[in-house]
Amino acid sequence: MREERRSGTFWLLAGFFALFVLFLYGPLSAILILSFQGPDGGLTFPLNGVSLHWFANLLEQQAVGDFGGSFRRSFALGLLVMAVTVVVSLLAGLAFRRRFMGATVLFYLSVASLVVPSIIVSLGIGVLFSQLGLEPWWLSSAFGAHLTWTLPFGVLIMFAVFNRFSPSYEEAARDLGASSWQSFAHVVLPMILPSLVGVGLFGFTLSYDEFARSLMTAGTYNTLPLELYGMTTNVTTPVLYALGTVTTVFSLLVILVTVGMITALRRRNMQARP
Amino acid sequence: MSIAFDQPALSALSKAPSNPLRGRARSLASYLQAAPLALILGFFLLLPLVMIVVVSFWDYDFAQMYPDFVTFNYSETLTSWVTWKTYLNTLKYAALVWILTTTIGFTVAYFLAFHIRTTAMQTVLFLVCTVPFLTSNIIRMISWIPVLGRNGLINSSLIESGLVASPVEWLLYSDFAVVLAMVHLYTLFMVTPIFNTLMRIDRALIEAARDAGASGPQILWNVVLPLAKPGIAIGTIFVVTLVMADFSTVQVMSGGQSASVALMMKNQMSLLQYPAAAANAVVLLLLVLVMVGALLRIVDIRKEL
Repeated sequence: MREERRSGTFWLLAGFFALFVLFLYGPLSAILILSFQGPDGGLTFPLNGVSLHWFANLLEQQAVGDFGGSFRRSFALGLLVMAVTVVVSLLAGLAFRRRFMGATVLFYLSVASLVVPSIIVSLGIGVLFSQLGLEPWWLSSAFGAHLTWTLPFGVLIMFAVFNRFSPSYEEAARDLGASSWQSFAHVVLPMILPSLVGVGLFGFTLSYDEFARSLMTAGTYNTLPLELYGMTTNVTTPVLYALGTVTTVFSLLVILVTVGMITALRRRNMQARP
Repeated sequence: MSIAFDQPALSALSKAPSNPLRGRARSLASYLQAAPLALILGFFLLLPLVMIVVVSFWDYDFAQMYPDFVTFNYSETLTSWVTWKTYLNTLKYAALVWILTTTIGFTVAYFLAFHIRTTAMQTVLFLVCTVPFLTSNIIRMISWIPVLGRNGLINSSLIESGLVASPVEWLLYSDFAVVLAMVHLYTLFMVTPIFNTLMRIDRALIEAARDAGASGPQILWNVVLPLAKPGIAIGTIFVVTLVMADFSTVQVMSGGQSASVALMMKNQMSLLQYPAAAANAVVLLLLVLVMVGALLRIVDIRKEL
């Protein structure tokens, strides 16, 4: 197919793809535009003037919710989940390179972690904590609940990475006299670093946006998605859109920085090759 | 689940260690490396699930739960007409969303894998599809409100163009809105695995089929589609489990007019009826696990990664 000229099918499929992208981004851009609604504007088009009123509102208004606090908590939790996800997935990925007893069970447990409905995880951890006499807290119970969602992604990605990783690189390093640690730190790690950054991105964004698993596990202090969900039922002004725009722009920045990092790392790896 | 890896697949299993002592040290290393994952999943997944099964047999009143062994949490939910209707409704969503995401997902993945010529362009277009997935689901959901609402974009353009006299009511707060939002949220889970399997199809097979006289549709139906089955199966696992677990999309997009099993659970939880919610959780979990188990017979996930 590659050598042929662009056919009618190509243009048909390209049109379909364009519609799909419009479907993905169209509604999101509506929110983006409406967050600049004038002070008298409502939740729908048309724009009643253009202003930063609702963004300012976001900063001052504390009666309905605590955006600053919930953002800080979600950000901190995201970073923590990211760090643990990267380390634990990398270790598990290394373990799965060799046969060991229970490997299959552990693998399917990770898959189960992915398919068990979020609300069931939330309920289970909530009940477990209350029976253990522990207060649910975003840094303990919600942290664990988020890990049950981010770790399977991390483990599956590492599994895929090591599936394609030729052991001959390490054998060569060992033949040249490198210790196990040296061959890991100087040979394996630089090669898989771009994928690890990808795992980190998943860890952070999945936690930062997680809602269902935080429901019964966050405790007294809300995370940002909980705050947002609360707003969908009782806020009827464009301040909701302003918050949506701010968090989305933040997510986009995180993605942009990470993709930039991955590209830079890949390029460096390519140049390192003779 | 990531950007397509382009190196050929190689078996990860290293050769059996020759020195038995070194072999033991290595297997110890494996256990140490696997331990954090096992501990976290053990404490935050297995133990809570055990807890749910236990609690589902407990008694409760308006304030707290009492350790006991009663089965009325199950009999109450399973003999209720509302429960069955809710399950049917959830399965209806799952079926509709599955059909739509599979069709859209396969078409998009097919276009990316077979019609985009350079790897760089493929990566860029794939990223364009991935980015929304990494932003908040709740934001993506509510972003439909200014589009579909009574005074939303679609209704106002329909009225302006004179096609309808009054706003179309079923666009928002309806089953239509629920399914639309779910397709919007979950299609990527179908695109990614199908794209990965399509990328691995040996292009020589397609040329061979063409040389043997197959037409375009024949190649698609008899060569590409059978080879894409594992990807479709993995995507199905994601989409079906996500829809079966969904309560927020159903709540927001139906405006409280429709129910799903998870939403029913959530309502019981907010009324502190944890044992009743736990019984529902066990039933839902069994249903989901049976569905996933059936799909895992079609596909060996470890071979597809």
